[in-house]
Amino acid sequence: MQLLDEIRAAVIEGRWEQSGALTRRALNQSLSPSEILNGALIPAMDEVGVKFQNNDFFLPEVLIAAKAMNSAMEILKPLLTQTEAKPKGKIVIGTVQGDRHDIGKNLVAMMMEGAGFEVIDLGVDVSPQHFVKAVEEHHPDIVAMSALLTTTMPAMKETIQALKEAGLRETVKTMIGGAPVSLSFAEEVGADAHAPDSAAAVAKMKEILEV
Amino acid sequence: MIIIGERINSSRKVIAEAVKNRDAVFLANEAKEQEAAGADMIDLNVGTFVGQEPELMGWLVEIVQDVVSVPLCIDTPSADTIESALEKCKSMVVVNSITGETERYSSFLPLIRKYGSSVIALCMDDRGLSRSPEVRCEIGLSLIEQLTKAGVPYENIYIDPVVEPISCGPNTGRVCLDSIRLIRSQEPEVHIICGLRNVSYGLPKRALLDESFLSMAVLMGLDTVILNPLNKRLMAGLRAARALVGSDEYCMDYIAAYRKGKLEC
Ligand code: B1M
Repeated sequence: MQLLDEIRAAVIEGRWEQSGALTRRALNQSLSPSEILNGALIPAMDEVGVKFQNNDFFLPEVLIAAKAMNSAMEILKPLLTQTEAKPKGKIVIGTVQGDRHDIGKNLVAMMMEGAGFEVIDLGVDVSPQHFVKAVEEHHPDIVAMSALLTTTMPAMKETIQALKEAGLRETVKTMIGGAPVSLSFAEEVGADAHAPDSAAAVAKMKEILEV
Repeated sequence: MIIIGERINSSRKVIAEAVKNRDAVFLANEAKEQEAAGADMIDLNVGTFVGQEPELMGWLVEIVQDVVSVPLCIDTPSADTIESALEKCKSMVVVNSITGETERYSSFLPLIRKYGSSVIALCMDDRGLSRSPEVRCEIGLSLIEQLTKAGVPYENIYIDPVVEPISCGPNTGRVCLDSIRLIRSQEPEVHIICGLRNVSYGLPKRALLDESFLSMAVLMGLDTVILNPLNKRLMAGLRAARALVGSDEYCMDYIAAYRKGKLEC
């Protein structure tokens, strides 16, 4: 389908004004929101992710592609919640206490949303208590934590501990990530999953929830 | 211009290896080379060693201070690490860095006073890092006021407006440059410092961006910089920038560098 290809290209090339306009045109031609999402937007961001990983894309190219994806998502989101069945799962995400890096976390959140999950983004510098409160309030399937500083990695352990103390640890899965976070660290702190990048984070999420 | 050599940082693989293997000879050599290339201070950072940072920093200080005659710059957000380093330092040392964040400020200040060290102060506080040059300037000025009131001599204070990668957000380079300009207009004598390398993160041909940004920052009033002094092109570019903006009287430093072959790159 040519229009889907055009949307995909607009996202990959970061043409954010066109990605919105093309999405509207696709809707007018009675393509469904999920056809646009799964046939254009998600494959586009997957490709961007691969290009970034292979050093074919530089960071600003990823960020502007994300912006292009967002301007399409803004249009689709209200329609998706009307027409689609329930979201595939719910995720509470945040950057841990003491840490204000959010570029990577935002990319992960966006990819999760694109993949059809409901995302509750708590922002940056999120305390263990704040995570606990959000779990009590939203009953997510997964708590996802991001950290970019070696000094804030211990806050991931503290958050998992706080979930235990609140008696919530068995009700959710936990996933951690961020540049300094490794699989062995995830095992050490008792997280259920670790993902090195945003595409892997989505894959892990699907694996855990078996969707 | 005050130059702080950035090379001993464990986020570089060779340094992480050397620290892991306790390779004192290699690390001492890294320090000596930087001093020889013109570093006025040597930065030390072992932040990637979670849990071992205080012990390793103390160890590193002892190695490096024996082989160079310039001050060391203890690069960490951890008060324990600062303390362990300051205990071992025999002479002048710079704490890198304090911020206006309540917790960091109150845990670092007693150590800075106790050991009479100099300090790099980042223009951020409990509100985080502002996108507004006016706010960054205001935080910088308030840090100067607080620190001097607490007895830290004015000339021991280095204000850092914080360099963000231009790849990570709109206008980040400009915001930093404008912050330098504003602080300089209010405080003609204070040291203003930048960690240069961050500016080019996420982009190709980083050296090109580093060099251009450095000359712009010098124009705005930067007088101290953290960089790789073994990068000849960067050092030559810095001399050219200083001559061009009038910070190098009669271009004497530029000419002397030429005679010593230091402008070849
Ligand atoms: C839940 O599941 C998951 C799964 C996957 C997950 C995940 C969660 N989260 C991330 N992922 C993964 O998916 C993403 C997409 O593929 C990836 O996300 P990333 O975040 O890794 O990648 C992003 C797409 C791009 N990368 C980034 O956005 C980070 C880039 C670098 C340059 C960086 C930036 C931009 C910033 N910084 Co900061 N900063 C650095 C970074 C250098 C580096 N080498 O990483 C790093 C992380 N910073 C560092 C430092 C020291 C600091 N920074 C600080 C501040 C900042 C800025 C504000 C200037 C800015 C952040 C802007 C923002 N809004 O986020 C300070 C701390 C502030 C704070 N309290 O958080 C400050 C302490 C500086 C200071 N002296 O005060 C260093 C950490 C060193 C260490 N020992 O830990 C650093 C490595 C730079 C360096 N080489 O020194 C994956 O990791």
